[in-house]
Amino acid sequence: MNDNRYQQWLDDYRNGRLSRRRFVQLLGLGGAALGLAGPLAMHSGRAFAMVDQVRFDGWGGSVSEALREHAFDPYTQATGVQVVDGTFAGVDEFFTRVRTSAPGTFNVFHSSGVFDYVRYVDAELDVTLDEAKIPNLKFVLPRLMEPFRKLSNGGLSAVPYDYGTTGLAYNTEVISEDEIREKGAGILLDETYAGRLGGISDWRTQCWYGALMTGQDPNNVEDLDAMWNALREHRKLLRKYWSSGAELMSLLSSGEIVATQGWSGRIATLQKEGFPIGYYDPPNTFAWQEAMFVLRGSPMQAVHELLNFMLEPEVAIAVAEAQGYPPSLDPTQVDLPESVTSLPAFDPNGDLAGRTFADPRYWNGVQPEWSKMFSRIERGF
Amino acid sequence: MQATPQGGIKPWLLLSPALTALFFLLIIPTAFVAVYSLWLSSATGLATREWTLSNWTSMLADPFYWAILWQTLRIALEGTIGCALMGYPVAYFLARCRLRNKSFLVLLLLLPFWISYIIRTLSWINILGANGLINTLLEALGAIDAPLQMLYNEVAVVLGLIHYLLPFMILNIYVVLEGLDRNIEASAASLGAPPFRVFLEVTLPLSLPGLAAGGLLCFVLGAGTYVTPMILGGPQNAMFATLIYDTIIIQLNWPMGAAMSMLLLMLLGGIVMLYNRFLGLGQIYKSLAG
Repeated sequence: MNDNRYQQWLDDYRNGRLSRRRFVQLLGLGGAALGLAGPLAMHSGRAFAMVDQVRFDGWGGSVSEALREHAFDPYTQATGVQVVDGTFAGVDEFFTRVRTSAPGTFNVFHSSGVFDYVRYVDAELDVTLDEAKIPNLKFVLPRLMEPFRKLSNGGLSAVPYDYGTTGLAYNTEVISEDEIREKGAGILLDETYAGRLGGISDWRTQCWYGALMTGQDPNNVEDLDAMWNALREHRKLLRKYWSSGAELMSLLSSGEIVATQGWSGRIATLQKEGFPIGYYDPPNTFAWQEAMFVLRGSPMQAVHELLNFMLEPEVAIAVAEAQGYPPSLDPTQVDLPESVTSLPAFDPNGDLAGRTFADPRYWNGVQPEWSKMFSRIERGF
Repeated sequence: MQATPQGGIKPWLLLSPALTALFFLLIIPTAFVAVYSLWLSSATGLATREWTLSNWTSMLADPFYWAILWQTLRIALEGTIGCALMGYPVAYFLARCRLRNKSFLVLLLLLPFWISYIIRTLSWINILGANGLINTLLEALGAIDAPLQMLYNEVAVVLGLIHYLLPFMILNIYVVLEGLDRNIEASAASLGAPPFRVFLEVTLPLSLPGLAAGGLLCFVLGAGTYVTPMILGGPQNAMFATLIYDTIIIQLNWPMGAAMSMLLLMLLGGIVMLYNRFLGLGQIYKSLAG
């Protein structure tokens, strides 16, 4: 039994649309249903989702550690509101989990790209934020909020938090900077490195790079056969498809692979730790933004407070330094330290001009076919 | 002695908690999966409640699924054979040794189950990896110049499966060997058969039910595994469970994923039924009961 339903019954009873007897019956049935569902609900996380608790789901690894240390723990100390954090390996997996859970089970998650935003809005899993309660939104790059506003009738269901690119990561002891600049995405088809290449196990990024390898516009691929053939060739040279940031870092740092697509922040973390790993964004590299998306059924008061806290410049900068992705803060409004401005993918102008983001409608439209096709190519077909 | 009507109900009453649990936790969820497999997938990923056989027909007519299914069965069989070859000597030693604390050795067999299966699988990366134990040792000894590529191939997957399944095989064989009448072997020896011939013609044939029961368990568990090929396998070592995961979670095509799950369930169920028809499941119950 949720508050909305109870309010509806109460409203109907007060307005004479429901008899007193029926109202009491419904309350009794609701209570019985809650009693039956109790043991299960205990494990859904909903039962624990008290007003003083917010559930957050993110990418795990160094990204989650950064958020935990620099945003959630200080927020809990300041407000007493606990942030219970979970992780996921991919946005598709998390979308499935949210869709099959009761509203309120998940509250805020680290969404990826506008395509993610679109499908949560389309599935009516979104909630419109009260921007007056998030004054620190004024520091956020308008360019990152624009696409969200277009999809939410001028409102926002998520707060842009960071951005980055999926470029080319390479072992500098094996591949020189000149070579990677010369070959670009073609390095992933270079037979010299057969058996020593990696690739992300994500159909979107692979298809994006399939387009780059064949000289096509990733947001309008015309020669599909060429793209699929390039991905088949890439697969033949692969050592391993990786499926998480931790696996990417492990494969590169251990020397199992010498080149792969890679997430800019994770590569920055490896570089900070002293590994000989370079990073290069080829022309039309896969640029994306990440946001803190708020799901329907969340405790909004606490969520607004949390988002506002996370956007405090000191907090956002500390998180950015730790996770290796530039924050969504506007560099023309907020003075960003060198530790942030030197991060891969950082844009000093704040307009993100010249970056190619995925067209959400295009990529969500091709998902059924392309994800199926890539699944076959990944397995040698 | 004839059972009274009351006596007829009693077993059912005693069984009712287990049967209720089976009904709600196995039959109903499986029925849901079966129904899902007959629905259509929509563009949003939500299943449309229109009855169709299209998931089944497209799956059964597609060589891609059959190839992965065949690969799955082959890898599971390789793992099972590996378990049998490595497990039999261990079980034989356990059954025949005269150590006072033999039960402690049997307990040690169960020790790996105290550690998460995923952690156990990940440990192979530290052993077989480019910077792993074996490569580091070989490089230090000067035996190799560059690391051997031992991870992310079928051998690594089969090794991971053996690591996971070996205790099941050992326990099944051990229970049978432990229950053998040693006088039969003594009789064969007294008739002049050398020890190896006694083993080959008496012990081994009599322990076959344990080997078969262990083989069935290892094969069925191996064929349904998801974690091992994902962590230790390369691009060419996909197994059917990984494909089901992809279809449901990544492609958001639940009806097709449900059809694939049902196909795997029917196939493995068929193998179990064949086994039961010719060998009986009694041995497995005995082994699992310890």
